[in-house]
Amino acid sequence: MSARRETLLWVAQRASAAVLALCVTVHLVTIVYAVRGGLTGAEILARTHGNAAWAAFYVVFVLAVSVHAPIGLRAVLAEWLAWRGRSRTVALIAFAVALALLGLRAVAAVFG
Amino acid sequence: MSATLRVQVWRGGADGAFREYEVPRRESQTVLDVVTHIQRALDPTLAYRYACRVGMCGSCAMMVNGAARWTCRTHIDKVAKDGRLEVAPLRNLPVIRDLVADMREFFDKWARAGGQFRGARSRADDFARVPPQSASRQLADAGIECIGCAVCYASCDVVARLPEYLGPAALNRAWTLVVDERDAVGVERLRAVAGDAGALSCHTHLSCTERCPKGISPTAGIAGLKRAVSRAALEGEL
Repeated sequence: MSARRETLLWVAQRASAAVLALCVTVHLVTIVYAVRGGLTGAEILARTHGNAAWAAFYVVFVLAVSVHAPIGLRAVLAEWLAWRGRSRTVALIAFAVALALLGLRAVAAVFG
Repeated sequence: MSATLRVQVWRGGADGAFREYEVPRRESQTVLDVVTHIQRALDPTLAYRYACRVGMCGSCAMMVNGAARWTCRTHIDKVAKDGRLEVAPLRNLPVIRDLVADMREFFDKWARAGGQFRGARSRADDFARVPPQSASRQLADAGIECIGCAVCYASCDVVARLPEYLGPAALNRAWTLVVDERDAVGVERLRAVAGDAGALSCHTHLSCTERCPKGISPTAGIAGLKRAVSRAALEGEL
């Protein structure tokens, strides 16, 4: 693994962490604020459907997760299982794609 | 203060075991004094290392009650309040015999991290003038007093998990050269410390910083390396 690629992955993980810090905060504050008087699933969907701004926010959230988690897992696999090389890369790309697809599917369902 | 100290000392190689010795307790006694007493008065076959006895040479580091310490400047008062002491060879390094660890890998990593200074001047040139108050000199000053004792290396959990990890001392050394105005190695050294066994693998546990007997923060140096390699990678220089 080249020093450059290794470093860019590290930068991508730190940058996505910064995005996630913001996204998680907004997400939690919104949940607490929105449900303080009690809220049903149907009421939530009624508010979220067709809301392009929140849809865009959650698309960013999902993509940041898809970048952040696999790179972190990559280090965990190296340190705990000594798993490196091509097979690890393939597995992590599959994991990243799965995270992105499942997340975007949920965003489509809630905001579509 | 009790009259004697019960000391468990590691004997043998990697498959060795602790053996107990009783050592008379004295005023201002250090862990190195205790080990020396055992070797001189109780068991001359005990192998251990030391040289200067005053915290300069970095050769007497051992695990003392589970934590890596320089034994010549570690007082018994501080570490064995209940009159018990356990002394073992440094963690994360192969044991040669008794309290002697094989330091080769530790120092080889200094070389692998680009730990050699290479300047651009020849002996025909005048001295480089580096203002003591300049930012780069201040950064170098913060890490330059390392005595190579390997206390940080033995305390590092990343080394324990990732044996090829360069470790805090080698990376701290690389950092002091990265910020050295006279240094001519530049990107080559950044490449050496940016791989998956380099600075980016540091988890910032801060064990090295907590344990360094010289009060150096290798963690701060490693953070500096992370910034330097990130900048170089983003600018396409790496």
